[in-house]
Order: sequence, then C-alpha cells, then structure tokens
Amino acid sequence: MKNLSKTMIGVGTLACVGVVGTAVAESDFNKPSITPKTMADALHLVMDSDRAIYTKKIVNRLVKKEKVIKASEHFEDDKALVLPAQMFRFGSELVAKRAEKLDDVNFTYSLQSLWPINKQNAPVTDVEKKGLKFVAENKGKNYYATETLGGKKYFTGVYADTAVAPVCASCHNDHKDTPKRDFKIGDVMGGVVIRIPLGS
Amino acid sequence: MAKASKKNRYALVGAWVLFSIGLIAWLSYSMFNSEDKTVFLPGPLTSGHHQIGVACVACHTDGMASDEDIQKACVDCHGEDRKKPFDSHPINKFKDPRNADKLKNIDATRCVTCHTEHQPDMTGENGLTQPGDFCIHCHEDIGEDRPSHKEMEFNTCSSSGCHNFHNNRSLYTDFLVKHLDEPKILPKRILPKREYASLLDEVVEYPRQQYPIKQLSKQDIDAPKQNTFSQEIHDDWLQTAHARSGVNCTACHQQVLSDAKVAEWTDKPKQDVCTQCHSNEVKRFKKGKHGMRLVVDLPPMKPIDAQLPMKEKTAHDELTCISCHGAHRFDVQEAAVTACLDCHDDKHSLAYKGSPHSDLWNKELMGEAPADSGVSCSSCHMPRINFDVSEWTSRILVDHNQSATLSPNEKMIRPACIHCHGLEFTLDSLADTKLIEENFKGEPSIHVQSMDLAREDLKRAEKEREVEK
Repeated sequence: MKNLSKTMIGVGTLACVGVVGTAVAESDFNKPSITPKTMADALHLVMDSDRAIYTKKIVNRLVKKEKVIKASEHFEDDKALVLPAQMFRFGSELVAKRAEKLDDVNFTYSLQSLWPINKQNAPVTDVEKKGLKFVAENKGKNYYATETLGGKKYFTGVYADTAVAPVCASCHNDHKDTPKRDFKIGDVMGGVVIRIPLGS
Repeated sequence: MAKASKKNRYALVGAWVLFSIGLIAWLSYSMFNSEDKTVFLPGPLTSGHHQIGVACVACHTDGMASDEDIQKACVDCHGEDRKKPFDSHPINKFKDPRNADKLKNIDATRCVTCHTEHQPDMTGENGLTQPGDFCIHCHEDIGEDRPSHKEMEFNTCSSSGCHNFHNNRSLYTDFLVKHLDEPKILPKRILPKREYASLLDEVVEYPRQQYPIKQLSKQDIDAPKQNTFSQEIHDDWLQTAHARSGVNCTACHQQVLSDAKVAEWTDKPKQDVCTQCHSNEVKRFKKGKHGMRLVVDLPPMKPIDAQLPMKEKTAHDELTCISCHGAHRFDVQEAAVTACLDCHDDKHSLAYKGSPHSDLWNKELMGEAPADSGVSCSSCHMPRINFDVSEWTSRILVDHNQSATLSPNEKMIRPACIHCHGLEFTLDSLADTKLIEENFKGEPSIHVQSMDLAREDLKRAEKEREVEK
C-alpha cells in the first residue's frame, strides 16, 4: 500500500514536471527572440546557399562540364534547364503564395538589379534603389532599412548578388536585352531584396 | 362629388396595394423558388457568361457575395489559365508590396477591375471594361526601354499581333525572334499525334480491373441477354477504340458504383460515364462555351442559346459528349468537322468547305495525304495539346475547351497555326477579319509590325555585342 502511494506520488510529480516543462517549452516557442534583421540574414543564407548549389551542381555541371543540356530563359520551349535566377524567382513566387495563408510568416523576397535584363526587376522603391547601389559599391556589406509601402511598414534587407561562375557573367553580357555587357566573375550584378512586415 | 372622389382614391390605393403585393410575391418567387432569375439582371451579360445568366449564384454565391467571394468565383472557373506560363500578368505579381503604388491606379489583383459584368455600354473586345489605353498605368515609360514604341499610342498595345495582357506566349520578343523569316507554309506540316491509347497504362482512373485492355469481339459482348440491340450498334461499337481496348457494353451502360456494387443497366447513360476514363476531356469541355452550363447545374447548352448564328434543324439539340461523338460509333473524324457544321451557321464555318484547310482534310480522309496532315475544325478550335493531366504528368489530348484558343485569337498560334505556318504569315492572317470570315481562302491583306520590330531589335543587340567585343 505504502509502495503504491509512493508510486502514485512519483507518477504525479513526473506528470506535473512534464506539463510544466511542456508549458515552458511552448511559451519559449512563441517568445520573440530574433530581430527582423536576424531573420532576414538567416533567410538570405538559405536562399543564397540553395542558389549556389543549383548554379554549381546542376546548371554549371550539366551545361558546362558534362555538356548534356543547355539552360534557357525559355526553358519550356527550348526543353532546357531553368536559369538560376528563374529558379530563385519561382521559389519566391511560391513562398509568397504559401505565406499568404500564414499571418505570422509573411515575407517576400526578389532578385533585382540596377542593370536588369527584365525591366521589371529594376528597383522600384527608394530603399531598393539605395540598397542596390550600396551593395554594389560596398562589397561584402548588406543594406538594411525600413520603408512604408501601401500603408504598411516593412523591414527591408538588401544583399549583394555576385557573379559566382564565369557563366553568370557571360550569359548576362551576351543577353539581347542587357543594359551592361562588361560583367566579370566576382562582380556584383544585382541584389536580393528581403522584405518583412513590421506589424500594423 | 366629394364622396365619389374619395371612393376613387380608395380604389386607387387598393389597386396599388394589390399591385405591390403581387409584385413582391412575384419577385420573391423569382428570388427563392424559380430557376430563372434573369429579372434581377442589372444589365446583359458578356458573350462569355450569357449562357449562365440564370444562375446568379455562379458568381454571386448566396446573393450577398463580398468582393472576395466574387473574386473566388472568377478564379474557380478561370484560375488555371491565369497562372504562369499562361498568364504574363498573374495576380501574384501584383501582391508584392513593391507594386503597391501601381495598384493605386489600377487594382490588378481583382478580375472585376478590368472585367466588370452587366455593363454592355462600356464592354470592349474580350470583355474588357477598362479604357483601351489602360497599359499606361504601369508602362508609361515604355518609350525609354523600347525606342521603337515611342510614337505608338497606348490604345494600340493590344492590337492584333502585338501584346496580350494575359496570354502573351506567342507574342513576346524572343518567340518572334525564334520564328523570324519562316516561310508562309512550313515544309513539314504535321499536327501532334494522339497518344491516349499508348498511355493507357498510365491512366490511373482507367477501370482496368473490370475491363482488361484487350481487343474485344462480338462474342465478348457482356450486355444482359434480355437486351436486344440492332446489328448497327454492334458493328459501330466493334469499330471503335472502345472495342479495341476492352471497353465492353457494361462499362458505360452499367456503371460500377462507389461501393463496388454494379448499377442497374441503363439504355441511355449520362455524361458521367465518359468521365470514368476521359475526365480530362470532360473537365476541359466544361471550361468552354459548349459545356460551361453543366458546371453550374444548368441543363446542357443548346445551339439556340448561342449568340453566333446556328442552324435551325439542330437549334434545340442538347450539347453533351454524344452530340458530337455519337453513341457507339464515337467517330472522331465525324466529330472533327461534320458535328461542328451540323450546328454552326456563321460565315467562317460555312466557308470551311472549299477552303485550303478542308482540301487537306479531305485528302487525309481519302488516304492521299499522311495521317495528321489534314486540318479539320477541331485541328484549330480543339487542338491536340500537351496537357498537364496532373502536377507530375502530361499527355497529348484534344482540348475540348474550344474557347481556349479564342478571345483573342493569338491564343491559337502555339497549339494550332505554327504546326504548319510561319509566324509572320500567321500573325498577318489572324489580324485579317475578312480572311478569317472566308476561312483563310487567300492571302492576308494586313501586315502586323511585330516581326519587323523583333528583327530590328535583334539587329540592335548584335550591333551592341560587336561594339563590346
């Protein structure tokens, strides 16, 4: 009987600890612990790494090294690989669509340039214009600012987009619609703009 | 005298009260009990929606529809075509906060901004209810990016062969450049081949357990013995792809229900049975003007409901799968021309016989020309396209949405015209309304500038490359 009581007390204590522990852990989940800047930096790290891997291990390997397929802006018509910039943009479009349903995970990102092949990718807002200029002139540095668009306040981070492979520079230089034809490997060709809403 | 006047007044008031009660009763009946609610239409509908005018709920849901509900109704029917690559201005593009300023001028996230219904006086081509120069809101500085466009008026952006707001897939510069200097008629003129029969193994919905894929003969017929059929029905069926693929009588006349039980035999199966194996074709059929009424649970379309001229003898025939394919024979050649001309009575349709396209079709039927070199009505209006039947697979199917290649007609270029014709000739022909009326008998009398501009643009780029070198 005594043993049973002890067991019951033990189980009860463990249960209480478990419940309290879970409650603490759950409250930790929702406790604001990172800044918009940290979140933007983390997002950019993922985006940039994925993009580098796609460029290197898929596009460059199959197009330049193994020469089995080409990459094309009109990949459907040309039965070709999607360009790295398009891969990036398609991802951003899917994110925007999926994030629409998630109130607290709402952010957008895009790839822009002061020398865009597609004019729609030219900077539009003042922050985008200043940011792209800043990252082009200050290699290795990012640009951060807040801006109000359509009545909503946003944190905006701008990160340099650099020609990591010779093919990045050569494709851009040779494109029919490019406004700049003298990019070299290592040059800043544009920037990734990440925008996070800052509440109402 | 005063009494008489008072009596008259009472009579008038009484009549007014009775009239009002009658009016309220009639309107209430129309609102809540009648299928036909056209009395509430604030104005005629566009040609795209006029067939479903009695089904207000198709767009207005419960009658108290919010803007979001209306938008959802648009997307529910048109959403698939409003995605990339079929739409160069998808809604998602405008939801990006960086475009917030542009939305102040024109809210491109809502379909009704440009396609307001019930406004015939302000509705232009393709159901557009914005002024023709609406592109200026976002492309005001186009002359700087494209000097060739500097002198052009903004109300010419969507002229035939220039730009389409939504489906621009046959008109963007690189596509034009790719097809520069092509002959009017290409040396190799073959339409895509059907491939359903060769892909049956991949068709998930195919009822292969009940009907294994094999050639059936007369001895295999599984219709109940008490049913008697004409020799003609037997012979018709034996000639079809159905008999060649193991699709026996009961597959259509005695459906397998969801609980694996077999339904009662029915002499006249409904359209649902076709969906068992041809769900994609039926789905596309319901997207077009032929089948759209079925989506909102209205009886099938009849030619008399159409706005185009139709033949009187078939005016009251209902439009379902068998209207064009015929039961048992399912003759796709008949469905491709004869079935169309049984109903359509407009100048373009009437001019088909005697057109160069028709000559090619007849030659193919007579075995004087290779398979798939003939041009039927459906070669252009229901072309064989590489269609995504799921997120992961696609196959060549006949697009039964015959509205998909029209409004504007440049949507026909990729799935139909360029299999046989050079792009320049195609653009000129599609811009020539008289030539279209004559079913392309003759040469285009109009020249579209697009290819010339693309040629100039290519030369400009080549020059720039030279300078850089």
